[in-house]
Amino acid sequence: MADTNFDLIVVGGGPGGYVAAIRAAQLKMKVALVEANHLGGICLNWGCIPTKALLRSSEIYHNMQHAKNYGLTVEGLGFDLDAIVKRSRKVSRQLNGGVGHLLKKNKVTVFDGYGKLNGAGKLHVEKDGKGIADLTSKHIILATGARARELPGMEPDGKLIWYYKDALVPDLVPERLLVIGSGAIGIEFASFFHTLGSKTTVVEMVDRIVPAEDAEISDFLLKSLTKDGMEILTSAGVKALKKGKGTVTATLEVGGKTEERVFDRVIVAAGIVGNVENLGLEGTKVKVDRTHIVTNEWLETGEPGVYAIGDVAGAPWLAHKASHEGVLCVEKIAGTKGLHPINPDRIPGCTYCRPQIASVGLTEAQAKDRGLKVKVGRFPFQGNGKAIALGEAEGLIKVLFDDKTGELIGAHMIGAEVTELIQGYGIAMELETTEAELMHTVFAHPTLSEMMHESVLDAFGRAVHF
Amino acid sequence: MPIEILMPALSPTMTEGNLAAWNVSEGDNVSSGDVICEIETDKATMEVEAVDEGVIGKILVPAGTEAVAVNAAIAVLLEEGEDASALDGYAPSVGGTTPAAALAAEAVAASAPAASATPASAPAPASTGSRIFASPLARRIATDKGLDLTVVSGTGPRGRIVKRDVENAQPGAQKGAAPSVASAHAAPITVDDPVFANMPDFEVVPNSNIRKIIAKRLTESARDVPHFNLTVDVEIDKLLQVRKDINEREGVSYKISVNDFIVKAVAAALVAVPDCNVAYTDNAILRFNKVDVAIAVAIEGGLITPIVKDAANKGLVALSNEVKELAGRARDGKLMPEEFQGGTFTVSNLGMFGVKGFNSIINPPQGGILSVGAGEQRAMVKNGELAIATVVTLTLAVDHRCIDGATGAAFIKELKSLIEAPITMMI
Repeated sequence: MADTNFDLIVVGGGPGGYVAAIRAAQLKMKVALVEANHLGGICLNWGCIPTKALLRSSEIYHNMQHAKNYGLTVEGLGFDLDAIVKRSRKVSRQLNGGVGHLLKKNKVTVFDGYGKLNGAGKLHVEKDGKGIADLTSKHIILATGARARELPGMEPDGKLIWYYKDALVPDLVPERLLVIGSGAIGIEFASFFHTLGSKTTVVEMVDRIVPAEDAEISDFLLKSLTKDGMEILTSAGVKALKKGKGTVTATLEVGGKTEERVFDRVIVAAGIVGNVENLGLEGTKVKVDRTHIVTNEWLETGEPGVYAIGDVAGAPWLAHKASHEGVLCVEKIAGTKGLHPINPDRIPGCTYCRPQIASVGLTEAQAKDRGLKVKVGRFPFQGNGKAIALGEAEGLIKVLFDDKTGELIGAHMIGAEVTELIQGYGIAMELETTEAELMHTVFAHPTLSEMMHESVLDAFGRAVHF
Repeated sequence: MPIEILMPALSPTMTEGNLAAWNVSEGDNVSSGDVICEIETDKATMEVEAVDEGVIGKILVPAGTEAVAVNAAIAVLLEEGEDASALDGYAPSVGGTTPAAALAAEAVAASAPAASATPASAPAPASTGSRIFASPLARRIATDKGLDLTVVSGTGPRGRIVKRDVENAQPGAQKGAAPSVASAHAAPITVDDPVFANMPDFEVVPNSNIRKIIAKRLTESARDVPHFNLTVDVEIDKLLQVRKDINEREGVSYKISVNDFIVKAVAAALVAVPDCNVAYTDNAILRFNKVDVAIAVAIEGGLITPIVKDAANKGLVALSNEVKELAGRARDGKLMPEEFQGGTFTVSNLGMFGVKGFNSIINPPQGGILSVGAGEQRAMVKNGELAIATVVTLTLAVDHRCIDGATGAAFIKELKSLIEAPITMMI
């Protein structure tokens, strides 16, 4: 009989759960991890990673299409969708195996099944409807993640109406594609298929795309995508989808007028709901609010000994936020000294459309809502030598400082490789630098990162190259 | 452009000082390193050196001016090629808001970082002897609020002071100390109080900075620190013999005093009883890893307490020389702030005045002070017989918030045994 009593049980093996389990093992806890599908969770298997693999293919394809700009000749340019998808799946598989190895190395016991709370300190594990284990522990972390919100009448069918899982393994590049929702997921898929040749329409309910970003970034992206031939409909909705033979007729509502349009495929990316069902939460003091488990700043739920981290515990739905919460939650359980709750104003976010978007901290509107007087700096890619040499002169870096203290409170970027730049500002924020230290920092030339310097200088009227 | 010479901050807590004397006059040539003036702070007078070279164009603050704000312009230096006409239309900066380049004067006492300080930085903490770890943002907020970072507890990684630590801190707050109860006290008596009308004629001696500090700190201590005293008589005949043997060795230049032995013994006893080498704060008792013994030295117009750092690890000769050297400079008013601020325990000796024994007031945040009386021959009863021994009366005053009776007794017992068997101090 295998040992069933643990110092900690983690339910869910995504970037929140497996990181929590490893951290706990490092702290000498005896840890069980319960995962029903894939180690690595959505992120690694059906989210962040495989989409990056797809987008890398479309990026290279895009560059090859523009080879002439670089003095290169490409003949017979084309792509093999099947091979693109295979590569993406292979990348996921490789990383999935890596997580399994890490858990083994850290002596985390992995249970392959669904976990369900079964009274205080007890977890029942089921596989294919049959109980396979009953575990006990004083501490149980729920890290069950989230899934796409299904819109009524627009449920995924895997054929004509795709959700992210279907869109990750497409059988064709649709000639006419409708994307519902312009958040990170929607805009990344739109970018991928548009680059591969789909005539793409994006419908967004609110008045701007990527609505979580700074309004200036939304505007910049709108102009860039529109210039590229993508159709963007904001303040718009999809009233109905009518499936035909190989096509879908969508009833769109734009500016108070409805019109019917025919598409070959539809991707629905209209938000996220937490995986809170079948967890045995009934009868516990765990509170659920709009499909997400309610926790305090230490990730504790209303039920003693039960914690929730990552997507199931609410926005922002980001893998790195889940991992960080996992570590904090475990260290709190272990009684580690000097812990502080996660500061939501210092969690960066990246979107891999083309051009890329990256941001950390407050948007200008959020800063104003908080009554902060801000100093704003901007620097365009056109003013940067490296960007011009790369042939990527389209982009913008915007920074916000608290006028009173000189604290860097927000950074918003759009353009080539900005997802690799944002962490410079992330570190600066965590170290609580002011504009003075950023100005004193020597940035290497020629790099895109010089724009980060110039943007800071601009906030204080000192930009040199623009 | 003329360079402003600013009132320097000679310690992290200094906000103002007295301009005691000018060593240069208008029109004098100065070069980097020349002493240009003397500044009197809380406890010491320090010389200020020129950082730049040029001609003293104008002295803005005359000698003898009291309470000059830190960073206020005190003089203007003309650069090469400039003459007095460069000063036409010149208006001096006020304290605290001057541009970086204008910080042209630097105290001898403060180390280099002060000179390059920009308005964005807090005053260099160099003179406390240890670096303060604080984020740039925390430093700036503290500067804007006039907050002293040395009294702020950091909650960041490794105790680093971060934004949240300074956001809610109030200027003037003491690290962990009880809130001030000053408002509960009667207004202090002043010169024009009617009570003096019925008293004999008097001469008015203005309170010096040092007098004000003594008054303030010791009043707070006597009021806020629950003192209790432990007294013990210690025989020093053996110690006197050892001292004689050491001092009479041929060719030696040192002369070790009885007080040096006592300071050494105090340090050794505090190492043996570390629970007496402590400071009380509201959140925790701080138990120090080293013994820094402060020694009360009478100086003209007051007293000052130079510190022998890490006294437990110093040999008698080194310790003795250091005490003499510090006391000498203390009497000349030449101590640097880090030489008299701090200390984990104080020794006060009035034996040379023939005082038999006395009680002292603790110098917070230290946890204790030892009062040393005169060594004198006394009649002692030993083994049922009358005998003569040289005896010193030691009185320990401790802060009962952090040191209890038995702990204090353990210390004084250890101290007595060390002094009575001085060879054990060598262990």
